[in-house]
Amino acid sequence: MARRILIDPVTRIEGHAKITIHLDDTGNVSDARFHVVEFRGFEKFCEGRPMWEMPSITPRICGICPVSHLLASAKACDAILAVRIPAAAEQLRRLMNLAQIVQSHALSFFHLSAPDFLLGWDTPPATRNLFGLLQTHPDLARSGIRLRQFGQEIIGWLGGRKIHPAWAVPGGVREPLPEEGRRHILQNLPEALDTTRQAITLFRDALRTHEREMQVFGKFPSLFLGLANDSGAWEHYDGFLRVVDAGGNVIADRIRVDRYRDVIAEAVQPDSYLKSPYYRPMGFPQGIYRVGPLARLNLCKTMGTPLATQELERFRDYGPGTVTSSFLYHYARLIEILACLEHIQTMIPHPDLLSHHLRADAGINKLEGVGASEAPRGTLFHHYHVDQNGLIQKVNLIIATGQNNLAMNRTVAQIARHYIQGNTIPEPMINRVEAGIRAYDPCLSCSTHADGSLALQIALVAPDGTVLDQIHR
Amino acid sequence: MAAKTLTIDGQMISAEENQTVLQAARDHDIPIPTLCHLEGVADVGACRLCLVEIAGTPKLLPACVTRVAEGMVVTTNSERLRNYRRMILELLFAERNHPCAVCVSNGHCELQALAMNHGMDHVRFEYRHPRLELDLSHRLFGMDHNRCILCSRCVRVCWTIEGAGTKSVAGRGAASRIVTDLNQPWGESTTCTACGKCVQSCPTGALFYKGATVGEMQRDRDKLEYIVTAREKQQWIV
Repeated sequence: MARRILIDPVTRIEGHAKITIHLDDTGNVSDARFHVVEFRGFEKFCEGRPMWEMPSITPRICGICPVSHLLASAKACDAILAVRIPAAAEQLRRLMNLAQIVQSHALSFFHLSAPDFLLGWDTPPATRNLFGLLQTHPDLARSGIRLRQFGQEIIGWLGGRKIHPAWAVPGGVREPLPEEGRRHILQNLPEALDTTRQAITLFRDALRTHEREMQVFGKFPSLFLGLANDSGAWEHYDGFLRVVDAGGNVIADRIRVDRYRDVIAEAVQPDSYLKSPYYRPMGFPQGIYRVGPLARLNLCKTMGTPLATQELERFRDYGPGTVTSSFLYHYARLIEILACLEHIQTMIPHPDLLSHHLRADAGINKLEGVGASEAPRGTLFHHYHVDQNGLIQKVNLIIATGQNNLAMNRTVAQIARHYIQGNTIPEPMINRVEAGIRAYDPCLSCSTHADGSLALQIALVAPDGTVLDQIHR
Repeated sequence: MAAKTLTIDGQMISAEENQTVLQAARDHDIPIPTLCHLEGVADVGACRLCLVEIAGTPKLLPACVTRVAEGMVVTTNSERLRNYRRMILELLFAERNHPCAVCVSNGHCELQALAMNHGMDHVRFEYRHPRLELDLSHRLFGMDHNRCILCSRCVRVCWTIEGAGTKSVAGRGAASRIVTDLNQPWGESTTCTACGKCVQSCPTGALFYKGATVGEMQRDRDKLEYIVTAREKQQWIV
């Protein structure tokens, strides 16, 4: 008899989700679905608010990557003011985004995912977490926490607080980097670089024993979408949209972010609050694409810095054309931390960071604006319509995690097919399915505008729809 | 001018005969919380936060509009008063929409500061969540009715300091609204001089400079008192 396995809630991710695995009459996996069961509604309740409040309201979507929303929102507002922000403000916004990518990636790697591949898939769930890691790898766990702290502190120096700083505003930013903050960053950069290089070595070693995970955790051809700069190098704040196929061929390039609708369309699934964006020219669901660290590394020519570019070359050995295994999101994430730290190192001596010419002043000059930036998890779009007084009429948010929705579903199905057979659900199997999702570092509270705390559930369902077995966490 | 002697919180003080209990208390550094009171304009006793106990009367009286009297015994801080004040604050928060975290006045708001000082860690009343509009039609200023507590400071500064008479209160009870001229968009007002005194007077984030972002509205209320003193006493004290 065919059955359904339900994993509810999915743990060590940001947000609430569940996974359903459908089995056929012979006990083989016929399909698997990743459902996001939360709804936030930011797009709706922002209607009617003054545009100037948006860079403060929208970061409240998330406590992990509020800076992404802060920047995309401020950029959408810049577009409505029709101003070019002061050069110093752009540098400072870039600095904050780099710091955020460092802290968010460090959280994903050290706090959420490392317990899986460092402690082992089959360790009991009670110890397979950061606390378990602190017991077996205390130095690594501690330095991972400190790396995240390094990123958070830069955000704090710039914005006055580490989470939800009201700092980027329409037309620029409020405050420069204080001299004390600059000294602090310079002092702590070497340790952050060391930690990252050690983590890269460690992960490369771990890959030798994770050949099967590389093959099974979301290894399939897809498109990759992200920002690239004028010269085709890695970009996180500005630049153009670029799409490459699995063979590494650039199939769309230099797309202005306000033309995102030329390349992105959104499908809605009945069983999830997460929309499923796809590459418009190829249609749904063939237009499946991935965003985030893996995509950004697959589509850029260089990382723009020496050490990270050197590491990018090693990364490319994992695939002809592009690296298509989602397990290697982790590797891409570490390389991005390295690139961010190197970029920060290059920026820090620049006198612009201490400038006080930071804010362009203007009224409502356009009734529509799009802002995009690379969030840690992928390309983020904020699209606003306003009336002539600046009151928000319509909001569209396209979130990185949503763009990975189709790929996450495919990953879950691939892992389930490989590991599930028969009537019982062994816990290590559940963890592998969850780890497939964790590779994407999804932020469900962001993508569905849903209340966020960690949770996942797995269910086993018969073809007639009856739930045969369920595991709740 | 004759002096009156009275007792406030056990302290014997003397006050001028036309002074209010609030003025007398403040002259002697005895704090009484206020919200609708604003130096430079007449008091209306609207917010009831300055209620005090006066011996011999069972009623609580607003200190801002109660004159001092010889031998008066006033209590400004008792369990009963603290409970009432906290309840008033909770009712103000429940009446309209006050999400401090994303408000232009966050950190510089009199309502927020009072709530913190009175230990208002939650609201016991059901929030009404009314759907209220914003008026951003003025070139320089904005009005968000969600954050208005109907203290009428803006109305009083507009009529008595600026003399323009643009702002008024329309409606009754909880349905009252601050309106501009004959309830038209602020930007179309023919009487508004765009002086900004109403914005300076606002205790919350209801009135703000257009373009202000979270926590950026800091007001200079001393300017209002400065103008009144200059006009009435011919003294220019900065």
